[in-house]
Amino acid sequence: MKWLSFLMFLPLVGAAVIAVLPKTSEKAAKQAALVTTLAVTIATIMMAIGFDRDNVGLQFVEKYQWIPSFGISYALGVDAIALVLILMSTLLAPVVVLAGWNEAHGGRWSVKSFYILILILETMMIGVFAATDVFLFYVIFEAMLIPVYFLIGGYGTGERAAAAVKFLIYSLVGGLLMLASIIALYVMSGDQGGHTFDLQALSNLEMSSTTQNLLFLGFFIAFAIKAPVWPFHTWLPDAAASATPGTSVLLLGVLDKVGTFGMIRYCLTLFPEASKTFTPVIMILAVISIVYGAFLAIGQKDIKRLIAFTSISHFGFITLGIFAMTSQGQSGAILYMFNHGFSTAALFLVAGWMISRRGSSTISDFGGLQRVTPVLAWSFFIAGMSSLALPGLSSFVSEFLVLVGTFTRYPVHAIIATFGIVLAALYILIPVQKALHGPTTPGNEALTDLNLREKLAIAPLIAIIVALGFYPSPLLKVINPAAENVITQLGFTDPAPTNGGK
Amino acid sequence: MLTSTSLVYLIALPLAGSAILLLGGRRTDKWGHLLATLMSASSFAVGLYQLFLMIDRAPESRPVSQKLFEWISVGSFNVDAGLLLDQLSICFVLLITGVGTLIHIYSISYMSEDRDRRRFFAYLNLFIAAMLILVLGDSYLSLYVGWEGVGLASYLLIGFWNQKPAYATASKKAFVMNRIGDMGLSLAIMIAFASMGTVSFSGVAEQAPNTSEAALTGMGIMLLVAAAGKSAQFPLQAWLGDAMAGPTPVSALIHAATMVTAGVYLITRSNFVFDAAPTAQLLVVIVGAITLIFGALIGTAKDDIKKALAASTMSQIGYMILATGLGPIGYAFAIMHLITHGFFKAGMFLGAGSVMHGMNDEVNMRKYGALRKFMPITFVTFGLGYLAILGVPPFAGFYSKDMIIETAFNAGGTKGILLGSLTLLGAAITAFYMTRVMILTFTGTKRWDDDAHPHESPWLMWLPMAILAVGSVTSGYLLYHNKLLVHWLEPLFAPHGEHEELLKPIVVSALALTMVAIGVAIAVLKYTRQKVEAIAPTEVSRITKFVRQDLMQDRFNEAVFMRPGQALTNTLVATDEVVIDGAVRGVGAVAMNSGSALRGLQNGFVRSYAALILIGAVALIAAIWVVVS
Repeated sequence: MKWLSFLMFLPLVGAAVIAVLPKTSEKAAKQAALVTTLAVTIATIMMAIGFDRDNVGLQFVEKYQWIPSFGISYALGVDAIALVLILMSTLLAPVVVLAGWNEAHGGRWSVKSFYILILILETMMIGVFAATDVFLFYVIFEAMLIPVYFLIGGYGTGERAAAAVKFLIYSLVGGLLMLASIIALYVMSGDQGGHTFDLQALSNLEMSSTTQNLLFLGFFIAFAIKAPVWPFHTWLPDAAASATPGTSVLLLGVLDKVGTFGMIRYCLTLFPEASKTFTPVIMILAVISIVYGAFLAIGQKDIKRLIAFTSISHFGFITLGIFAMTSQGQSGAILYMFNHGFSTAALFLVAGWMISRRGSSTISDFGGLQRVTPVLAWSFFIAGMSSLALPGLSSFVSEFLVLVGTFTRYPVHAIIATFGIVLAALYILIPVQKALHGPTTPGNEALTDLNLREKLAIAPLIAIIVALGFYPSPLLKVINPAAENVITQLGFTDPAPTNGGK
Repeated sequence: MLTSTSLVYLIALPLAGSAILLLGGRRTDKWGHLLATLMSASSFAVGLYQLFLMIDRAPESRPVSQKLFEWISVGSFNVDAGLLLDQLSICFVLLITGVGTLIHIYSISYMSEDRDRRRFFAYLNLFIAAMLILVLGDSYLSLYVGWEGVGLASYLLIGFWNQKPAYATASKKAFVMNRIGDMGLSLAIMIAFASMGTVSFSGVAEQAPNTSEAALTGMGIMLLVAAAGKSAQFPLQAWLGDAMAGPTPVSALIHAATMVTAGVYLITRSNFVFDAAPTAQLLVVIVGAITLIFGALIGTAKDDIKKALAASTMSQIGYMILATGLGPIGYAFAIMHLITHGFFKAGMFLGAGSVMHGMNDEVNMRKYGALRKFMPITFVTFGLGYLAILGVPPFAGFYSKDMIIETAFNAGGTKGILLGSLTLLGAAITAFYMTRVMILTFTGTKRWDDDAHPHESPWLMWLPMAILAVGSVTSGYLLYHNKLLVHWLEPLFAPHGEHEELLKPIVVSALALTMVAIGVAIAVLKYTRQKVEAIAPTEVSRITKFVRQDLMQDRFNEAVFMRPGQALTNTLVATDEVVIDGAVRGVGAVAMNSGSALRGLQNGFVRSYAALILIGAVALIAAIWVVVS
């Protein structure tokens, strides 16, 4: 069975069904979206069960000629890294649909169009992680911008049009640099055995170190904007603050991961030498992102912007882990990508419910919610604890693995990054105190607690956060061989215990 | 090592209690407190059962372990969720669940009027579970789970009445300062893994002799940072006073008897690191010595009975930390003082709660006075705790504190004399501020508010106080007699040679009692000969003002960390919008302007297009020619 194509195809079927529904049947559109995304989740889990975790090569491979004259194919396949990210994306999709049941109503266009855009985006989210033809990857990488652009610009709040344009231009600039690198690779492949866009073939190209460095930068900057890594981050807070909560979850939770996923899949695979050359710079950028993102989060007055900045800090950890070149760092970074999806989703969705109830996203407009809306308050608190990586919750495992894996090779970077855990306590507990504690702020007395639909949306997220905190082994067993493979491909092995130089 | 399958119940019972009460919500309001108390008591029963099994075994085969599941395994970083119960952790298990259960019982009555009593009991059970994970984890990483778990429970309980902004701030302060300590623990674990390739206690103990002193010193200092955060030791002590915002049973359990002593546990557990890292050990001693004086001084100027006791806790833990820094001989004495302190300080905190209960939740001792007649049981149980903390023979503190003073003197040379003198000075200040608490609260004239109707607390409250008072009287002698505790713990620590005795034990005791008498005498002279004002006098010396402000600990932290941090945050927020985002918008503006400029070329005249094409073609041919040749 062509699992990956099937997964990509399913949301399009749902989108087609919604498209033919009469314009007035908004509820049917929502139900169709929910059913479709749930079906995709189930299908993904079934595919994942058949995954052979000891095989570090690509699995569920499909390949068809697409534009033979240019050597472009429709080629798909996943390793463990792509698999867990696809799993994360398809688990999040139904949660987002359910959580944001009413968020399309304030939009410029119809509710139907909203769900069609979401489903098209889901197809692309799967495709971007599954593509093994560099050109196909590039096409999806860029095409993804379109539904997101419309989701922010059409259904967002505040200065949604400006934020959507900023998002688009940033991403296009990055994409353009990557395109230049891709064309160069294509041209070189012509000189070395035939034009191709096949990732495997391209990774065997011979090139001078200058060429490799330049092409690496083309890819890396595109991914650094996407991730985002400091100083390419300023689009994210605007976009996340203007998008609907559901869109923000997909933006922070899934689309940004394309950046860090791309660093592993493309930067490290295609340009191993250049990756090593730039590692010192990237490690510094990662550490800056961690600390900078945390400080900026502490200083935010808007809850959505605050969460966006916490993500910048978290992406710093992921980048740090990827380039530390140890098995703990690499596995930690991949697990971090997975865990971050759920903890940020939980935080953003609850924040979205708070905002829609209060009609404001300013933190100081809330206060005393623990008394008024206890379930909502608890959900926010647990999501926040996950964001600050409390041991026993999932983020702790990944964050600690990144830190310990970094420390064995880059102790100074790890020490500075560890300051991030103190800052994290501040950026979570300050909004917790302002929004949940203290006397109930006037205007909040009549806020309603979470309804059944919202509880059903948040429950699986919290369940995953807690379960993977205590028992991450099943996931780590899938990730470890792939992570190990990445660092051995680059010629690295874990540093042996130093005995402190004795 | 022996394995056991029942250790997990120690943790699982209170954890289940907590989960049932939190998830069950208001439906469990009626019986939640009873379930929680039962869970805590059951855990205590399991602990006793384990103790009896342990006593029956030969000393070298006493530890038991239980592997639960594989937790984190990547490359050579392998951590199991595993439990270890040995002679050290059993002491803590019994203290935590024993005192914990008494405090559950006390709270049934103390919190009976609170609308959220069930939630309070859920947090208490959560705390017990987390604290047991802390002392039962068999690796630094498992300990870490409990370490932050108790921090979370502490945060939730300090902020139990967080609708009051000051209380919410106090809970946040505690969490953040604790996180600084947690950072130390994280780094200690990283150092252990990088240098020794393991993070389990047994692994580190095995590898420590093959590891350089530099690495062990680094790890030791980071462990000390962790201990300072959790145990409110200098310079991370400032949160403990504010933590008194929590309900009084919490102050007794978490912020006196158990959680704040976790730092002592951590250092004792890591004895193999500190024994091989003299510099780190010296720092431990210095931190302990500073804090024991620092806390005692703060205690002299507090009018809030709970804050006076909190300052005292800080100071007493300073004694324990100091003892752990004195090498193998000090560990057992630190643990002995930890246990006796657990009894008498928890007892006194519950006594303070009993007084507050009878005085409309008033905490200002200047508004107490003459309560001995109205609360005889509270007076007696509190008084026994008072005699114990002073170190009056034969009460508990006499044995445990004297051993620390003696060991300090025997540390050798100037260091020994200095440390010994500081511990003696601390004993005198302790006697002063505790006598002050006794006089202001129980004797003298009444200075109550008009609506106060002091009365003795119900039996559910005084029974736990009475039991703890029995411990305050007897625990010292029982642990000291025949060197019971020292022998019990001996197999865990490196052997220690006979130290040269600087002073004979009897001389130390005499000195200590003299100092205590001086402290008591000053307090009696000061607070019984002149009338105590119901409102604290404001015309006081600069020194008094300085001490009243907790020796400027908050001012210091605010000036050195908080305000610069806030300034940095504000600067970065402003810069991010102006400089970084501005630079990007600048690029955009350049593009737009150059677009406008270039628009001039798009003038619609075919002849200018043709000219441009010509120029372009020439340039291209030239470029190709350059490349080809």
